[in-house]
Amino acid sequence: MNDRFETHEHDVLVIGAGGAGLRAAIEALAQGGSVGVVSKSLLGKAHTVMAEGGIAAAMANVDSQDNWRTHFRDTMRGGKMLNNWRMAQLHAQEAPDRVRELEQWGALFDRTQDGQILQRAFGGHTFRRLCHVGDRTGLEMIRTLQDRGVNLGFDVYMECTVLRLLTDGARCAGAVAYWRETGRFVVFRAKSVVMATGGIGKVYSITSNSWEYTGDGMAQAYEAGAELMDMEFVQFHPTGMVWPPGVQGILVTEAVRGEGGILRNKTGERFMERYDPKRMELSTRDVVARSIYTEVKEGRGTEHGGALLDISHKPAEYVKKKLPSMYHQFKELADVDITTGPMEVGPTCHYVMGGIRVEAETAQSKLPGLFAAGEVAAGLHGANRLGGNSLSDLLVFGRRAGAAAAQHAKEVSAPRVDDGQIEQAESEALRPFQTHGGDNPYAIHHDLQKMMQSLVGIFRVRDDLQKALGELQRLKDRLSHVSVEGSRMFNPGWHLAMDMKSMLTVSEAVARSAMVREESRGAHSRIDFPELSAEWGKKNNIIWSRGTEMGLRQEVLSEMPAELKQLLAEEK
Amino acid sequence: MADATMQVFRGDRSGGQTVEYKVPMVPGMVVLDALHYIQGHLAPDLAVRWNCKAGKCGSCSAEVNGRPRLTCKTRMDALPLNEPIVVLPMQTFPVIKDLVTDVSWNYQVNKTIPPFQPKPGAEWKFYQEDVDRVQEFRKCIECFLCQNVCHVLRDHGEQPRFGGPRFFVRVAGLEMHPLDGVSRAKVLKEQLGIGLCNITKCCTEVCPEDIHITDNAIIPLKERVVDEYYDPLTWLVRKIRGAAEK
Repeated sequence: MNDRFETHEHDVLVIGAGGAGLRAAIEALAQGGSVGVVSKSLLGKAHTVMAEGGIAAAMANVDSQDNWRTHFRDTMRGGKMLNNWRMAQLHAQEAPDRVRELEQWGALFDRTQDGQILQRAFGGHTFRRLCHVGDRTGLEMIRTLQDRGVNLGFDVYMECTVLRLLTDGARCAGAVAYWRETGRFVVFRAKSVVMATGGIGKVYSITSNSWEYTGDGMAQAYEAGAELMDMEFVQFHPTGMVWPPGVQGILVTEAVRGEGGILRNKTGERFMERYDPKRMELSTRDVVARSIYTEVKEGRGTEHGGALLDISHKPAEYVKKKLPSMYHQFKELADVDITTGPMEVGPTCHYVMGGIRVEAETAQSKLPGLFAAGEVAAGLHGANRLGGNSLSDLLVFGRRAGAAAAQHAKEVSAPRVDDGQIEQAESEALRPFQTHGGDNPYAIHHDLQKMMQSLVGIFRVRDDLQKALGELQRLKDRLSHVSVEGSRMFNPGWHLAMDMKSMLTVSEAVARSAMVREESRGAHSRIDFPELSAEWGKKNNIIWSRGTEMGLRQEVLSEMPAELKQLLAEEK
Repeated sequence: MADATMQVFRGDRSGGQTVEYKVPMVPGMVVLDALHYIQGHLAPDLAVRWNCKAGKCGSCSAEVNGRPRLTCKTRMDALPLNEPIVVLPMQTFPVIKDLVTDVSWNYQVNKTIPPFQPKPGAEWKFYQEDVDRVQEFRKCIECFLCQNVCHVLRDHGEQPRFGGPRFFVRVAGLEMHPLDGVSRAKVLKEQLGIGLCNITKCCTEVCPEDIHITDNAIIPLKERVVDEYYDPLTWLVRKIRGAAEK
């Protein structure tokens, strides 16, 4: 073992400290053994804090008819039946217990009249199902998990970015990372690794996602031998801010519509009547996003290219109480008082349904010892995620991944770590300092975002996707000559140069998968193939690494048991 | 629109100075946008912490024209643009590089706080009016601006024996949880040094979440400590009740 590098050893290494990572770490700790959590940011700043609307769980506190079967059915229908049915079943069955557990760890949800956890309506959910705290549910969840984990005693490596996974033959053996503060490298040796790094939203220019969302977990798992699935399904949230330009893309929670918000075009028409008269504003996100996009494209958009979302018919005090961060966000950033007038909104890249392909029960990937949970994993949401199903996903599968990772660690010997892999990561990471006169990483990132936004966005067409693949190749060439200025100490330009590698890998996976899926389903809309295809409805796109090339094949969905089929057949 | 002139601190633990940058103004621009412009076009290695850019994560704290602010919520057009906008790191914490400071001390303090522990036999039923007050404390996004302006920390350097407003807010959130069964009076008095706070309300003024830190968290907690330690009757009752619960 190379003693040139700071090295840490854990039974379970969790990469990512959002909801899924923290829940996995807590579960792994509960099973004994040592657990390390690596986080790109400070603890408690993860993207989970951005989740506003709530946690979907069929607790039936408000609508007593609700149960896991209805939640399962809503999730499958929302995902256009491309979901991994077993994940959807486990998720619907286990979510209520995961929410109660949070409450027992100190989370304080809004209450019903009779003293239970309050639940609100959300798009695609048959019943009022989202357990919430005003519009800051994610913050409540992350604080609760953070405090629980700190108290149980996990080791947290903050502001530490993973560069690659380490493998010992055909198993996962840990990771190589660098400290953002010093730029020094650090090696983690682990029997099990849980990937919980979230999504890829930073590859688009209009996005609700933070700088962290660069697809690292997916790209690194792919490089190490795991498979990716359903990468063509990128969710554009229907309501992001559109004006002023500085705030473009910032999320406007679906809770605005859940609380009764109405969408209108510039003529004052409640246009959802034309797109989904039954569910209106509470239709699924793919439908609402496409509807707003279409209104704007056909000339019925607002001055700044959006739609109007209005909640001002509700009493001002109610709005401030139930949507406090929205109230402040618009007041401070856009000079709009949402208690008296409408918000201007338009689609913003928000979430990726695709990700690392995992087994439903254990969350293990194809690479033994590598687990994945949360947004970085694929399967639960199929072709479109329902609002509120993300926070419950983090809890249900974070727990499962943590448990399975701890179990795996008990069963295997300590892996061997290969110095060659570490040194390769080191020399690759340092190359931009030795390259002079190359491209600036910010310029490459900017061009990638612009390209993905215009060619691989909400509506897609073959020629654009073909062009996107060509552009990606050119961006890869530019990245191989990227140069950075300054030292290794807390250098965001250098950090971005390293994140770019992941962004280009996941962008290629999205574009390739989108190109072959010749149909429109959920969040994937092809102008040249506007209909659902029965044939494509039976298949997932699988991406894997063939060395220097990206492999792509289709796999047929597994057969659903008769009782679940029966549930889906029921009209409701 | 015209350009804005920014003076941004560049340096590290060994020192530094402000450097001037010209940034083109865009409608609705916030200070964090200007810092991102500088990174993208003028100084790619400018160190800045940020995440959500929506006032929810509390990462981008700095001192803008001498005022502690979240840079993502500080509008450029609300600042006088005929003079340079000065952006400095939070002064109470040691600088790591540029606008990034070493806030690790806060995480150490957090570890000393006894966690939520439900009362034995607690029934998980409680009402909105029971949680309204506590939910205020749980809005905290840990931007540490209150820690930054607290003169006990900033001017007197009492970090070794004073927890600071952020952690009084956290303790208040635990102590006033309707089902919590632990008393943290001893920790408040001995480790967190709540007695050192002389309620100047500087923390409350800078809180981007509008938490009434002094009135709703610190003063009631001070009262709890007084009750526990200096009121003989309450002390006796608690002692007996505490023993009975065990």
